[in-house]
Order: sequence, then structure tokens, then C-alpha cells
Amino acid sequence: MDYVPALARWIHFLAGVMWIGLLYYFNFVQVAAMKAATADGTAAGISKHVVPRALLFFRWAAVVTWLAGAALLSDKFVDAFLLRRGMTGIGVGAWLGTIMLFNVWVLIWPNQQKILGMKPATDEEKNKARRVAFLASRTNTMLSIPMLFFMAAGWSHRAVFGL
Amino acid sequence: MKNPLDSLWGTVISGVVLTVILYFVVKSILASAGA
Repeated sequence: MDYVPALARWIHFLAGVMWIGLLYYFNFVQVAAMKAATADGTAAGISKHVVPRALLFFRWAAVVTWLAGAALLSDKFVDAFLLRRGMTGIGVGAWLGTIMLFNVWVLIWPNQQKILGMKPATDEEKNKARRVAFLASRTNTMLSIPMLFFMAAGWSHRAVFGL
Repeated sequence: MKNPLDSLWGTVISGVVLTVILYFVVKSILASAGA
């Protein structure tokens, strides 16, 4: 048994479930819940106690997922990102995951810091931050669909999908 | 035109459409590479 790829794959799955699970929580549950909670004046509890914790695990799970994925690709890392030598399918998945990691750290997290009051921002800046963070999060939800397809079908099971 | 990402269904449908497009892109790259 080759321990490094086995461990990398396990960690990639564990962290990936946490990352995408929290992404789906934000998009499928929290957006609608915040709207309802704002309407009845109970949103402060979610903003104060739930969102910061969810974002903590969300953004670091994204990093761990990417690093474990890179370790799993190992010497095929460059081939995957250059979409060559039979690594095209998993390479597309890796690119999508990388774009999603970028969105988390460059668009979602800095804007959430403004929304949650961790960084100073005017009301106008907060409104803009809300829209940018929302669209980046929705973009990641959209990208997660082909990303998971190519993760599942692009390497170990590529023959099944003709890739 | 409304942004499809403003609705959950729009987001999911966009993701499925993107999956189909990328699938055929990958197939054509593999075919041209003779893999």
C-alpha cells in the first residue's frame, strides 16, 4: 500500500466534504434563513454565532482540500493543470477547484469580513460587499457541479465516463 | 436579463449546463490528442 496517495485521497475527501458541505449550507439554507430572520428581527444571532464559525471551517477546509488534491496529483500535477497526457478530465476538475479556492479567499472572505464588521466599512461598502460575496458564493455553487463531476469521473473512473 | 445566479434553480441548471459543455470539451481534447 502506498500511504501518501491513500492518506492524501482520504484527507481530500474529508476536507472537501466540509468545504462543499458548508458552501451548500450557505447557499441552500443560510441565504433564505437570513432573509426570514431579518424580517422577524432574529438575524443577529446567526450573524454573530453561526456565520463566523461556518466561515472559519469553510475557508480552511478549502485550503486543506486543495493541498491534499495537489499531493494526490503528485508528479502528475503539471500534466493535470496543462490538461495533457490523459489528465484532461481531472485537470478540468483541478482548475475548477482552484478557481473556487480563489473565490473563497479573494472574494468571499474579505467581503464577509466587511459584512460581519470585522473590517471597517460604510453602509454603501457593506451593501456592495454583500452582493460580491453572494455572487462569488453562487458562482462556487455553480462551479461545484462540474467540479464534482470531473473529480468523480476524471481520473480513477474516467473509463466509465469515456474520459 | 435576470442573473441566473440570483436563484438556486438558476444556479443548479447553470452548473449542469456547464458540466455538459465541459464534458464535450474534454472529450474533444482527448480525441484530438489521440488518447
